[in-house]
Amino acid sequence: MAAQALGGRQATAAPYAIELRGISKSFGPVQANRDINIAVPRGTIHGIIGENGAGKSTLMSILYGFYKADAGEIIINGQPTAIPDSQSAIRAGIGMVFQHFKLVQNFTVLENVILGAEDGALLQSSLVRARAELEALSKEYDLDVHPDAVIEDLSVGHQQRVEILKALYRQAEILILDEPTGVLTPEEADHLFRILAGLKEKGRTIILITHKLREIMETTDNVSVMRRGTMVDTVRTSETSPEALAELMVGRKVLLEVEKRPATPGREVLKVENLTVRTEGVDRLKGVSFAIRAGEILGIAGVAGNGQSQLLEALGGIAAASGRITMNGVELPLKGHKANGQSRRAAGIAHVPEDRQTLGLIMDFTAWENVGFGYHNAPEYQQNWLFMDNAALKADTVKKMATFDVRPPILTLAAKSFSGGNQQKIVVAREIERNPDLLLVGQPTRGVDIGAIEFIHKQIVALRDAGKAVLLVSVELDEIMSLSDRILVMFDGKIMGERDPETTNERELGLLMAGMTESKGA
Amino acid sequence: MTKLPRWADVVLVPLICLVIAFVFCGILIAAIGQSPLQAIWIMLEGSFGSTNGLGYTLFYATNFIFTGLAVSIAFQASLFNIGGEGQATLGGLGVTLACLMVPWPHWSLALLGSIVAGAAFGAAWGFLPAWLQAKRGSHIVITTMMFNFIAYALMNYVLVNMLRPLGSMDPASARFDKVVNLPKLGDILGLVGIPFSNKNPANISFLIAVALAVGVWALMWHTRLGYALRAFGKQEKAALYAGIDPVRITIYALLLSGGISGLMAVNAVQGGAHRLVLNSVEGAGFIGIAVALMGRNHPFGIVVASILFGFLYEGGSQLAMGTTIPREVITVLQALVILFTGALPYMVQKPLEKLFAKRGGK
Repeated sequence: MAAQALGGRQATAAPYAIELRGISKSFGPVQANRDINIAVPRGTIHGIIGENGAGKSTLMSILYGFYKADAGEIIINGQPTAIPDSQSAIRAGIGMVFQHFKLVQNFTVLENVILGAEDGALLQSSLVRARAELEALSKEYDLDVHPDAVIEDLSVGHQQRVEILKALYRQAEILILDEPTGVLTPEEADHLFRILAGLKEKGRTIILITHKLREIMETTDNVSVMRRGTMVDTVRTSETSPEALAELMVGRKVLLEVEKRPATPGREVLKVENLTVRTEGVDRLKGVSFAIRAGEILGIAGVAGNGQSQLLEALGGIAAASGRITMNGVELPLKGHKANGQSRRAAGIAHVPEDRQTLGLIMDFTAWENVGFGYHNAPEYQQNWLFMDNAALKADTVKKMATFDVRPPILTLAAKSFSGGNQQKIVVAREIERNPDLLLVGQPTRGVDIGAIEFIHKQIVALRDAGKAVLLVSVELDEIMSLSDRILVMFDGKIMGERDPETTNERELGLLMAGMTESKGA
Repeated sequence: MTKLPRWADVVLVPLICLVIAFVFCGILIAAIGQSPLQAIWIMLEGSFGSTNGLGYTLFYATNFIFTGLAVSIAFQASLFNIGGEGQATLGGLGVTLACLMVPWPHWSLALLGSIVAGAAFGAAWGFLPAWLQAKRGSHIVITTMMFNFIAYALMNYVLVNMLRPLGSMDPASARFDKVVNLPKLGDILGLVGIPFSNKNPANISFLIAVALAVGVWALMWHTRLGYALRAFGKQEKAALYAGIDPVRITIYALLLSGGISGLMAVNAVQGGAHRLVLNSVEGAGFIGIAVALMGRNHPFGIVVASILFGFLYEGGSQLAMGTTIPREVITVLQALVILFTGALPYMVQKPLEKLFAKRGGK
């Protein structure tokens, strides 16, 4: 039935799969979308880029029926369509692949696909029908997903394909993907883009939301740029460049490459020997050994979930570990109540955690309280043995907010009210301004806008140039390649190998990240 | 979380909740054939109309300030201490032992002694559940609740078998020596020329409670411990990152909470009853939860909410004495106030937010 309706719509043969006209949406005083106009031709891949908080997600949520626009209309295949909820979005032929998958982990692929789209009270008929359709789709688009596989056994890349299958099974003609490559290896990302290209060939329309300029350049036909709730421009991808897009996004010229001089490594600052972290009976980190010298950035590449988080947490004193770490020649405790964030800071280790919203900041605390977070025992923030010197902390915050250009520079604003980039600036300011001997940085630019990325990268390089050691963990290969002086690749809790960023390439790193051991001399 | 202006969130919401509770109670009183207006007048007249009535109101309020502050400190660390009742009971034992065992030369020394003993006993009763939660993962809501019953049973044993004076049939301790009696609020205010009745049990403990509220405020927002408590309460995992020890914070929070609960006995036992009776706390530990909720976990809000509950207590007994309204109606009124101010503020918050959003939009 749905297919028929769809056929009927297609018969009108409007040139655009989706047109948005004058979409506006505000949340209280914040205008998230202002008079957005966009037209997506059928059978194209359309990129939407913009900094965090530019309004991309709001726009897509309106399109998928999560929010109701204050003004404007949505035209699908030439017909004005109201989308009050996600069910009507699906009926209108829109499918969404979220950044965080919405799959039932202990269901099979088949069961997940029919979930919410069952034919009736009994599952048998749906399962039979779905199996046939799934196999056809899977073959047609090279998805390589077995209907009876259980989700929790699948790789992240495969899980994402199940999400795509779900949308296709629901007759989605328009597929929206929100930051789809954030969790994928380069290989998996390539495969995804091949799938998308196949879908496009069969006449489906794809909207790709991403902040990675390279993906936009490689895969899209057209690209729309959003900035501060407005649609700044829509251009043909073939007629633009990454630099031009970055400038449109930020509103000023941006340096995409990190400028840095060659490293001059000095004495050994941190030595890690046979570090192992075990959680819930599983070894997440399996006997890792390496060393970092003063004045160098050591990059840890790897797909998320291969032990990098545990490495940072063990070094930062958050997770208990076994093995041995030596900082400036002194062995640090790895277990017990002496292994904590306070003693690590005392040893000269600062830590910008991977997840600033659950670890690095107290989201309900004000900016000035967060600047003292972790350093609330520091003598300069104390009035006497009893009282904290809130005034000194506030004065320090004013200074740090100015140096790091945190916006808005309001001391008493809660951390949760800042954008992702500005939250990160608060964390980075707090940790770097301490002038630590070793900086641990996890995903320094995750969810951070381009302007802030540039700034944060500069700060990290400046710290290195000041003769400090930096351990950088990132799932963004670009970031690892451009910042690191040496690269270690992690897979399954182990270090797969070390590479020099000058001589290696993404392919080689990608293979190591997927756990394939090097073929010598290749 | 709420998008309301601060003043509306802190003042307007509780006020509206309160009015709704009173309206419901008014309907109830009208339904049994009494005049709601007359009833509220008797309550107001009885608890605020004379300095004697006010004294009673403040005496009850003092209890609630202690237990409310106790609950709020644990709340700030995201620990729901519902053992205020038991901790205050044990505090009563501490105060009683301090008053009976030591031949104090002057009330001021006795006061210091009973403060230390009451706080220590209350804190000890809070320590065990805290330790069980921090080290063993036994949930504090369950354990503190169970410890209330243990405290009650223990008190029964101690009073009947150890503290009961020879020949007495009453499960209560002996009367304290007059030396340890605390100065009445009326006498203290008389010194500075404010006429205030001293025929009521209101005593110096009220001033101690108010000073303690200021102290708790300073502790929460101006000390490292308060900072760590609040950070731990907001995001436990982040606290770990900052090097805040979860075991220690849990224990500190409950020691403070239990200790302050225990201080309630200084008012109720030493200041009011002058002896230890079986049920010296009379539910104040639980009312502390409502007070903390209504006072939005802020010490100053707690003082205001405590005075309100003091009014409900004293006004309630006036109502029971002055009218034929059954005493149970007062309990219902108190329950309604707790229900609306403690559990249902969201019911008021949402429409109010919409109202403010509309006004702001224009």
